[in-house]
Amino acid sequence: MTGLGRTAAAAAVLLAVTTGATACGGGGKSGDGTFTMGHSEPDHLTPGNTTSSYSFDVITNLFDNIEGLTKDGKPYPLAAQSVDTADQKTWTIKLQPGRKFHNGEPVTASSFADAWNWAAYGPNATQANEYFQHLQGYADLNPEDTNAKPKTDKLSGLQVENDTTLKVTLDGPFSQFPYLLTYPAYAPLPKAAFKDMKAFDDHPIGNGPYEMDGNWQHNVQIKAKAFEGYQGQRKPHNKGITWKSYSSADTAYTDLRAGRIDVLQTIPAAKVPEAKRLLGDRFIAHKKSTIDYLAFPLWDSRYANPKFRQAISMAIDRQGINKAVYNGDYIVADSILPPAVQGHRDNACGELCAFNPAKAKQLFQEAGGFKGTMELYFSNAQPTYYQWMQIVANSLKQNLGITDVQFRQIPASDYFSLLRKRGEKGPYRQNWEADYPSPQNYLENMYGPGNRMGWDSKPFNDLIGKANGAADQAEAVKFYNQAEDVALQEMPQIPLWTWAGQAGRSSKVDNVTVTPYALGLLVDEVTVKK
Amino acid sequence: MWRYALRRLLQAVPVFIGTTLLIYLLVFALPGDPIQAMAGDKPVPDSVLHTLRERYNLNDPLLEQYGKYMWGLLAHGDLGENYDGQKVSAMLTGRWQVTAKLAVTAWAFELVFGIALGVWAGLRRGKLADTLVLGGTTLLIAVPVFVVGYTAQILLGVKWPIFPSAGVDDGWPYSYLLPGMVLGSFGLSYVARLTRTSLAENLRADYVRTARAKGLSRTRVVVRHGLRNSLIPVVTYLGVDFGSLMGGAIVTEGIFNLPGVGQQVFQSIQLKEGPVVVGAVTLLVLIFILVNLVVDLLYGLLDPRIRYD
Repeated sequence: MTGLGRTAAAAAVLLAVTTGATACGGGGKSGDGTFTMGHSEPDHLTPGNTTSSYSFDVITNLFDNIEGLTKDGKPYPLAAQSVDTADQKTWTIKLQPGRKFHNGEPVTASSFADAWNWAAYGPNATQANEYFQHLQGYADLNPEDTNAKPKTDKLSGLQVENDTTLKVTLDGPFSQFPYLLTYPAYAPLPKAAFKDMKAFDDHPIGNGPYEMDGNWQHNVQIKAKAFEGYQGQRKPHNKGITWKSYSSADTAYTDLRAGRIDVLQTIPAAKVPEAKRLLGDRFIAHKKSTIDYLAFPLWDSRYANPKFRQAISMAIDRQGINKAVYNGDYIVADSILPPAVQGHRDNACGELCAFNPAKAKQLFQEAGGFKGTMELYFSNAQPTYYQWMQIVANSLKQNLGITDVQFRQIPASDYFSLLRKRGEKGPYRQNWEADYPSPQNYLENMYGPGNRMGWDSKPFNDLIGKANGAADQAEAVKFYNQAEDVALQEMPQIPLWTWAGQAGRSSKVDNVTVTPYALGLLVDEVTVKK
Repeated sequence: MWRYALRRLLQAVPVFIGTTLLIYLLVFALPGDPIQAMAGDKPVPDSVLHTLRERYNLNDPLLEQYGKYMWGLLAHGDLGENYDGQKVSAMLTGRWQVTAKLAVTAWAFELVFGIALGVWAGLRRGKLADTLVLGGTTLLIAVPVFVVGYTAQILLGVKWPIFPSAGVDDGWPYSYLLPGMVLGSFGLSYVARLTRTSLAENLRADYVRTARAKGLSRTRVVVRHGLRNSLIPVVTYLGVDFGSLMGGAIVTEGIFNLPGVGQQVFQSIQLKEGPVVVGAVTLLVLIFILVNLVVDLLYGLLDPRIRYD
């Protein structure tokens, strides 16, 4: 072998070792009536097995629930003709006849009953299991003793009367059931799903306005096309949508600027001022239903006095934090409920949520002050949490003289485990995003029996009970509001601010509406320029 | 040489067992409960948590978990599932393809342009070309990769869209050229500087003078005598670098939205997905061992004086 030959051989060996890459195709573009949305990777696409909003973005378009949501958050019959009740406990659901799944299978009352039974059955370990707890028989499917096998895998509260009639019995009166029916976990499943749930997760077959166009390409994209056999009210104004998966929101925003995606639902906070300037009328500010709170561990006697908690609330300059941390885009909270939720009243909180250092100081002294170290708990999911917690700490120091404040920044994967175990030793960041836009979703979940704060109020629980049993929605809202007033006076957690959404679109698409609910972007309404 | 190779491969076995155990222990030493974390702030009943923990053996003692994992791997070739029920093998196959394409692109870039620049500078020691290469490569080494990445992305992907700004839509090689160059820029600098120094030194060696005196052409002297002897440190570096490129590049993959191994390992560590981290890192260790073996064997081809056994 000559010298040059040896060098060439060496290069050849190296090349041979490194060839292992295979080619992969690109996606078609422009002019086909479809559009692309920047997205984060969902966990699952089977309704009933996910509570992730990224999954909801997709499955709310693949499936039609019994009830849909209007743009202002009111339920309306979508897959159903009617949903009726006389006592808020037993509900009769009449389905629209002739509706079909994407594979041609008819949508019947059993399609819903089977799906809900599957999701509620403990051993199936679905993510949305808990959302079926209002249905009669739920406890039999999820025994207290976690080692015991459930006696049955059917909810006793579900009765299929015939192909188009489903009778549902709840464990008690629940006036908000139509709202709950809009929750994505309540979608129907075709028989094909139960043959192979794993395959179904990669290629869900629904009854909604869009059907899957090929399998879910994990971490790359999910493609859906308009379903030609669709008979419902959400007829698509475009040919299809691709959800492109991004691991970094910054990169998704760069791709929006480069015109490689058409819609981005969330522009990263740091890029918002630039996006407003660059995108002009293609920048879309939209409402959100997510709201932040500062909650107290009431089992610690130092936090047990409502006056003390009111003092903290009045010592925090919400608007100042909003300006300093969120460009002033967020909406300062004046109620437990965000404006996008029915039952929200402007200024429900009144002076208790208004910045008033003098009154705060007075209440603080009446409550007997504070001893020891105040530890503030929050997760590291967003850098902004630490920023606003620092301002809160400063306010407490300046306005109330609480000097010994420590920050407890917890890894995001640990944060909720810690709270569930009640491991926190001080006020903590709490946050709620609507599952469905009913006041009950916020009030009962955060303040109801067994809540995280250890707050127990009989008047509150009674009012929630009355609202859940109310015959019409106006009356229900009235009682929810009364319950809210009780919670605001006691202030076991302090409402801080409602998030604001900042979306952007390309010049290729129009009619881009982002709702504050599980629906997110109204995909069917988007129009695509030729 | 083959006996040597076999011995090296056998050495990989204890390394393999050691690393898997170590990584398994490390992932489980991380605080937090992966099953709880998966649900985020949404309510999940105890019956569901219990079933999931049973399904993924999380109720067992640590060593038993590791034993079950290794049994599945060795007896059935099964890398297990992540806590979402996705097959780790399927997850990693897709990810490795992306990482391999990116690594090969970056590596080819630093190999070709690094050696070329190094030779160019080495032959013109002390002249303008040399100064340019030395200065330019110092700059590339000094600037962090995310600065290079974002700048290149905004300039070449958005402002003058020569390359796709992100994603894998356009396939290999087009989608991988820009990220490959960004990722390879650091290695390119090292390769160029190593080649330059090594070549410049060897060109003043006695055997080169002898070759010249024999009347050989300048090309033959430079390529056969000078360059070939200068490549040993370069090959060492390229070998090690290929191993680390295959390990995924968290930053570059993140900037250019390439779903590669780096991103996966990063996410899985955050989610405490033991089987995924162990699977990915174990494969990585094996690749490293293999690449280093190939590099060692290459020495013999480049320098006949090196013998094995």
